[in-house]
Amino acid sequence: MADPLPTATGATFTRPDGWAGFTADWASDQRAFKSASWGKAMMWIFLLSDTFIFSCFLLSYMTVRMSTTVPWPNPSEVFGLELGGVSVPLLLIAIMTFILISSSGTMAIAVNYGYRRERKKTAALMLATAAFGASFVGMQGFEWTKLIREGVRPWSNPWGADQFGSSFFMITGFHGTHVTIGVIFLLIVARKVWRGDFDHGKPGYFTSRKGRYENVEIMGLYWHFVDLVWVFIFAFFYLW
Amino acid sequence: MSQSAAQAVPARAIAHVEGQHHPIKLYLIVWGWLFVLSTCSYLVDYFGLQGYLRWSLIVLFMILKAFLIVAIFMHMAWERLTLICAILLPPIAVLVFLGIMVFEANYTFFTRLAFFGTGS
Repeated sequence: MADPLPTATGATFTRPDGWAGFTADWASDQRAFKSASWGKAMMWIFLLSDTFIFSCFLLSYMTVRMSTTVPWPNPSEVFGLELGGVSVPLLLIAIMTFILISSSGTMAIAVNYGYRRERKKTAALMLATAAFGASFVGMQGFEWTKLIREGVRPWSNPWGADQFGSSFFMITGFHGTHVTIGVIFLLIVARKVWRGDFDHGKPGYFTSRKGRYENVEIMGLYWHFVDLVWVFIFAFFYLW
Repeated sequence: MSQSAAQAVPARAIAHVEGQHHPIKLYLIVWGWLFVLSTCSYLVDYFGLQGYLRWSLIVLFMILKAFLIVAIFMHMAWERLTLICAILLPPIAVLVFLGIMVFEANYTFFTRLAFFGTGS
């Protein structure tokens, strides 16, 4: 979007859009990201680096799965659950997927209420997001326990290629760690919102900078990223 | 510097600059679509589709979900092209890496077949 900007002479000029705007922004010898604050830009760049980390995990999983001569365990059966005597494929994973998507939905709406300065609704929705996230980690704990009891180890498993266990624990473990950190991060920001820190610009404990409701959106970026990574893990590890 | 500039901007312009303002309905619609797409990808496994049909459907639903999350939930659709390119172009390197590792994995696989035979 083209923002009218104030100038020293009082005249306004309009930034060019599209490719003309792209070259003008990068060539201007000043900050390149005109619409994103430093906090948001840094979160995006962190998420980009995290993208490479998860990409490397998924690519190494692909490499070991393609190069083994032993059949890969069938994830549809391995992650199936017995429900009333009928085995339903991937049931727990499907529930976990829906829970994480729902947490992303509540987070997006929390960001929206934050910018409307409705702090109680924002904090409540963030707490709901944290609760969804915590239940996701709980289910992952259940899944890990079940598989470890069934004899899955990083070096072996009862159903096929040994590399299955190491890929599974590495990828889901790293993702679960991200969810856990996200839940803690959510609780901290939700507490600040609830107290009204962002309404009167109370300085942050570590940074001494005045907090704004944009902090909620930056927190949201991290949380949506965790959901985004799960979309890829669900497709490549569980469904493939 | 930027602070004094921000103070000079009329309140109306600040409201435009600060934050994302979209109707809640938009997020609910995207949420609904994410549920539909997740159900579709789950059904691919439930009905046991196999082969290229399975893989192409999985990747299709995955890309649509990723697009919705990044564009709407993460507000990338409303960012400037500069930020979009800075964040979304570097992962293309991952696709190059993917190509290299497919090549490498096939080589390892055929080497193992040649030296150990099947089943080891």
